Amino acid sequence: MIEQYRIVLRNCGVIDPDSLDDYIKQYGYQALGKTLAEMTPADVVAEIEGAGLRGRGGGGFPTGFKWKIAAQQKSDTKFVVCNADEGDPGAFMDRSVIEGDPHSIIEAMAIAGYAIGASMGYVYVRAEYPLAIERLNRAIDKAKEKGLLGDNILGSDFSFDLEIKFGAGAFVCGEETSLIHSIEGYRGEPTTKPPFPAVEGLFGKPTIVNNVETFANVPAIILKGKDWFRSIGTESSPGTKVFALAGKINNTGLIEVPMGTTINQIIFEIGGGIPNGKKAKAIQTGGPSGGCIPVKYFDTAIDYESLKALESMMGSGGMIVLDEDTCIVDTAKFYLDFTVDESCGKCTPCRIGNKRLLELLEKVTNGTADENTLNDIQSLSQVIKDTSLCGLGQTSPNPVLSTLKFFPEEYKEHIVDKKCSAFVCKELYQYVINDSCVGCTLCSKKCPVSCIEGEVKGVHIIVQDDCIKCGKCYEVCKFNSVDLVPGGLSNV
Amino acid sequence: MTTKCSGAVAKKGFKELSTYISTLNIGDDAQKNRAYLIQVLHKAQEIFGYLPEEVQKVVAKKLNIHLAEVYGVVSFYSFFNLEPKGKYRISVCTGTACYVKGAMGILDVLTEELGIKDGETSADGKWSLDSLRCIGACGLAPVMLINDKTYGNVTPDQTREILAKVEQELGEENV
Repeated sequence: MIEQYRIVLRNCGVIDPDSLDDYIKQYGYQALGKTLAEMTPADVVAEIEGAGLRGRGGGGFPTGFKWKIAAQQKSDTKFVVCNADEGDPGAFMDRSVIEGDPHSIIEAMAIAGYAIGASMGYVYVRAEYPLAIERLNRAIDKAKEKGLLGDNILGSDFSFDLEIKFGAGAFVCGEETSLIHSIEGYRGEPTTKPPFPAVEGLFGKPTIVNNVETFANVPAIILKGKDWFRSIGTESSPGTKVFALAGKINNTGLIEVPMGTTINQIIFEIGGGIPNGKKAKAIQTGGPSGGCIPVKYFDTAIDYESLKALESMMGSGGMIVLDEDTCIVDTAKFYLDFTVDESCGKCTPCRIGNKRLLELLEKVTNGTADENTLNDIQSLSQVIKDTSLCGLGQTSPNPVLSTLKFFPEEYKEHIVDKKCSAFVCKELYQYVINDSCVGCTLCSKKCPVSCIEGEVKGVHIIVQDDCIKCGKCYEVCKFNSVDLVPGGLSNV
Repeated sequence: MTTKCSGAVAKKGFKELSTYISTLNIGDDAQKNRAYLIQVLHKAQEIFGYLPEEVQKVVAKKLNIHLAEVYGVVSFYSFFNLEPKGKYRISVCTGTACYVKGAMGILDVLTEELGIKDGETSADGKWSLDSLRCIGACGLAPVMLINDKTYGNVTPDQTREILAKVEQELGEENV
């Protein structure tokens, strides 16, 4: 049985998030104390770099390297930014860390400030998380009161202040250049890199942008050392990863496991398997930038590289379990719909390309696709990946490409047989009443569009042209007289 | 709460907004002033319920930013509303976990019961319906919000019950 290993979530649910004393009892602010008393900024950067900590927001960029670049810049002002714009649908670890252990982020940001020579930090939190904002605000006030933030922290000559900035509902603001523009009060549109924020970021000054979960690892690394951190996880991806288990799984919620844990261990040992005796079909990781990993690869040990090799990515750690009742084409369409909604519109490939790609997928799910559609999907996806400006556009076709690669037969079934085995795509199935109908009239009474006809005690008929496929008749029939059958296009 | 942007209530709202802005350290540095824009808009929406032109004009003037720039920001972020919302703001989370567990069915029921589509407000100003992307309560999927109250693990039938309950409360308030 695989054990969870808590570094990031070490205090969540253990301490009172509003109590600074509680945090201090759990070795809180000791890492900051150690940093200021015993380490030079270069030591801190070397420790983080040596630990091999990689960006937990999804990209996996080496955190220490980012800090090193920022530290090398000569500038009167530098900034530390915490990315808490957790927009990936299905991931909620950042919210939990801020709500459950806000001081760990404050401490880590102060350490980062010391390392790169910054005296100001911003936490960019999405507006959908009011409780996180409230608790973080209180924590910042308390830290200031105790001299853990502000001028001459713990009697040193290091000063660092922290402010919260609110997002306003834009997924693209998780991209670091967009996030910076949003803090500056502009539309959250990305700009090309280079210059990287570590060189020219917020207000044109060197800025490091790190994710909440990345920061939460920092105090532990400083206290216990890089070798301890490297002893957990895999060679290329040391440490742990928090995953948000959701979807068709018995135990939903956050888990933290060492990198290198297999998907099987997560789904079946920790997650308790799939409910209602159903079979697992795939897991989706990496959100709208990731892909669907089919069951046959569930023995994969998870790290940044292995997920990439499976056409998905780590992402922020959302792990959605899909069972046999899930239509894979519909899932790809769901993510693309999200991207189309959230594309900022600045560059054409993302703004128009994704819209056209979504239309092609809609053709697949409504039965109007032909043999050329899959080729069109492939080539358009490639163009979007190659030519989009920022990470959002460059990864947006991933859910489509990965499902196309691993579930080609499901796409073909939709296109050639005009059939959706999962009975999700409404145009590709229909409800029909079989001969066992006793004419109780319950279905026709419950039908919201009154499209079921028939005499009392006689077999009823669903008028397919009017049916909206709500499934109410199927739900209420006590005699199993309503069948769900493939096809339905013939009646459209 | 939605407030009309004229009359005594609006006057009080504008005063509250001005007081808030005056606490913000607005000075000659245009770059710094600009960085306050989004948080001022949040405050304004909290006061008025939405951000009509009159409100945007006041914000633009106080922060010394062109109105077109303010509108550019308001229209970019989905959290900001240009139209008033209903007394009861219903939001259905359509993030992945909720989607997989049947959020669209919940949305269908609400559309059917309230007679308004995603993004619309009922003519009587009672209800507005929106879908939103992940509120981070994926363990409770599917999730629905009415104003700031969260309902987890909802089924289509429960949705109808919850609506009936809110409707009843609404009736009692009007007596």
